Amino acid sequence: MTRINDIRAILQVKGVSKHFGGLVAVNNVTFDLPEGQILGLIGPNGAGKTTLFNVINGVYPATEGRYSFRGKDVTGSKTYQMAHLGLARTHQVVKPLDELTVRENAMVGACFGSKDYNLSNAARVADEVLEFVGLIDRAEQPAGSLNVAQKKRLEMARALSAQPYLLLLDEALAGLNPSEIDAMLETIREIRDRGITIVMIEHVMHAIMNVSDRILVLSFGKLIAEGTPEEIANNDLVIKAYLGDPKLAERLMQQNGNGE
Amino acid sequence: MEFLSFLVDGLLMGFVYGVAAIGMSLIWGVMKVINLSHNVLIVYSMFGVYLLFNTLEMNPYLAILLMAIVGLLMGILIYTVALHRVIDAPQLSTLLATFSVSMIMTGVATALWTNSPRNVDFSLGSISLGPITLPGTRVVAALVAVLAAAGLFLFLYRTRPGRYIRAVANNRMAAEMVGVPSNQILALSFGLGAMVAAISGGLIATFFPFNVLSGMNYQLKSFVVCVLGGLGNPFGALVGGLILGALEGVIPIFIETSWVPVFEFGLFVVIIIFRPSGLLGAKQ
Amino acid sequence: MKNWQKHLGLLLPVLIIVGIAVGVKLTGKPATREAFFTVLKAIALASSLNMILGYTGYVSFAHIIFFGLGGYVGFYLVSAQGWSLWLAMLAGGAAAGVLAFLLGKAILHLRGAYFALATIGVNAAMQAFVTNFEPFGGPIGMNLNFQVYQQYGGAAQALETAFYVLAGIALISVIVSYLIRTSKFGLGLLAIREDEDAAEVMGVVAPNAKTWAYVISAILPGIIGPLFFFKNGNIEPHDAFPLQSSIELIVMVMLGGYGTVLGPILGATAYQRMRGYLLTSPIFKDIQLSVAGVLLLLIVLFVPAGVVGWLRNRFPILRRVLQ
Repeated sequence: MTRINDIRAILQVKGVSKHFGGLVAVNNVTFDLPEGQILGLIGPNGAGKTTLFNVINGVYPATEGRYSFRGKDVTGSKTYQMAHLGLARTHQVVKPLDELTVRENAMVGACFGSKDYNLSNAARVADEVLEFVGLIDRAEQPAGSLNVAQKKRLEMARALSAQPYLLLLDEALAGLNPSEIDAMLETIREIRDRGITIVMIEHVMHAIMNVSDRILVLSFGKLIAEGTPEEIANNDLVIKAYLGDPKLAERLMQQNGNGE
Repeated sequence: MEFLSFLVDGLLMGFVYGVAAIGMSLIWGVMKVINLSHNVLIVYSMFGVYLLFNTLEMNPYLAILLMAIVGLLMGILIYTVALHRVIDAPQLSTLLATFSVSMIMTGVATALWTNSPRNVDFSLGSISLGPITLPGTRVVAALVAVLAAAGLFLFLYRTRPGRYIRAVANNRMAAEMVGVPSNQILALSFGLGAMVAAISGGLIATFFPFNVLSGMNYQLKSFVVCVLGGLGNPFGALVGGLILGALEGVIPIFIETSWVPVFEFGLFVVIIIFRPSGLLGAKQ
Repeated sequence: MKNWQKHLGLLLPVLIIVGIAVGVKLTGKPATREAFFTVLKAIALASSLNMILGYTGYVSFAHIIFFGLGGYVGFYLVSAQGWSLWLAMLAGGAAAGVLAFLLGKAILHLRGAYFALATIGVNAAMQAFVTNFEPFGGPIGMNLNFQVYQQYGGAAQALETAFYVLAGIALISVIVSYLIRTSKFGLGLLAIREDEDAAEVMGVVAPNAKTWAYVISAILPGIIGPLFFFKNGNIEPHDAFPLQSSIELIVMVMLGGYGTVLGPILGATAYQRMRGYLLTSPIFKDIQLSVAGVLLLLIVLFVPAGVVGWLRNRFPILRRVLQ
């Protein structure tokens, strides 16, 4: 049923592991990511999801394995090199550039990403993006003065203004209330509709089941399941992994029952 | 034989360097602050001992004890006035805050006591250990230094405030969540660091002359010692002190004395570059 | 927007320096000129420090070593090798730049307090080294043969020329500072200051940017050094690498407002004038350091953004002019 074979894979991860001394955070993960999809990455806390992002994004070198981006082997590249190739990422704990204005924050993404814009073009792109995420009215405010939801949007704006091919979102919905979540999900769909491939780490189960085209499940660093939201919701291994979190398991079962 | 004499001399000095640095290392370990007022804490104690000795004819070691208490209070005061407000601000703020305290107190000291060198004219004769002759004051200084370090160790590991200090050093947020009064603990930690610095200053005054600017020199050496022993590892500081003392004692045999500081600070920079956690590694 | 309106931020900085130069010329008094020589020197040095401290966020307690090394190299070339002062100044700048490049490679990867500590060690090591280095005169330093001044029109004329040359250099320093601040390179530096890891994730090549900032920050002090010691007639380790100077520069930057073009200028001017006043006043002479310390503490505790930063926050309208 999947159409993976006829769509180009924008990201190919082969046997990637990350060890921290004796701790194996990511264990032999392999998957392909077709262009233009929204891929959900879920798993209990400590499963290695953010670590996997950190490896792909260049923050940590992989202990084992290789990964390619847009057909090019980029194993071991640094974060700024990945940015230049068109990979952008948001962080679980947002990292706004506090004393710079909202616009300046977005401009950094535009100036130093793969598009390498000059200052005036970057300002133009930044404003477009700020309009898109709904922060244009605050363009002149220092980033440090925003509230959490706004900072999350700024984090996303920064990533988008680099006009990336692939966007890694790390818990973009954490800390948001239900209406903010719905708004953010809308934005994420619009980003995908513009042709940007997205990988999302999330714990807000109904949201990620709702918006993802495919889902990967990590547990203790290992990839234990891969498939459509429906397939995942019915997967015994996945439910077992989440049994440590009964609420989540229950929601998963509900998902299955309601066929949402 | 000469080598041995130099080595022992250096080691004795090393104990004092170690104790001078323990305070700095403790403060870094607990609150990630580089205490640039370390130098004035040393100098004020030197002058305190000098004045008490000269005007009241007090036994220097008694004076040191007194200055230790003064140091503790000064440290708590410095923390409360200058650091408390910026303890969570970016590191530049705490650096400049402690530095400004140093400027203020050095200025006052210069106005009060001028630049002239002072000397605590006190001698305990010499002690002969086999082939080596050592000044009594140096030996006693080393002993007192060890006692001070031991006292600090006991305090940190055998008392409740000590446990709180270690908790805050480990993870301030977690400590606060279980009810540790972190502000008071931070003030106390700074006070302890100041106290130990004061003790070392007083000890140095018993066998070296000094002036209002002497503190800078010992502060620099304290940096070197801390980095040798691992920033944040107070007892590594003692070991680091011994290493520095031994090197200072022995190196002049091989190179001209005036090159020793170059060697010292060069070593310091090299260690920071390659092993910022020091030769022994930082305490967690 | 018209071109001149875009560059309003340059207005005040340039006016201040030109104002100083013109003012001194008008009064014609050597004493005033000498007083403002130190002010201009402070402005140029503080502005250059601002590049690594204010823009990039790396606290260097060793900024004065570029001034000192450049000073030594240039002075040596003039007094021992008979070079022209102007070439010697450029050589000093080049030497400082090379030092900054090498040093940067060694220590710029250190973060926060570790970097600061390393600079403290470097400053001390540098001073200790030069004290021992015979070709530079060791602990005694070097002296300039008075005859050399004849080449520049005599001692009095030389002093005057030096002042205007310094004014020119200070102007350049400020313009460079402005150009960087308003450039893409500058935006990258600011991003590094705010959050180096996030900046790298966005594509800022931090190692290169930092090295460039460091080298650029070193060149101007390296050029000024020879000029200063030429005027002095001699150079000694103690004068060339005083730790206190490095710290005073930090105070100037913080006082005026780090990360702004105007801040270091105001801070340097205010601090130098205050220092000059305190040193000559009988009451405050001894506690000049204390007064400066109190000032610094107040800034750090209550106005961390400095005067210009505070003004920009309080009166956003003025932002275009107060950059």
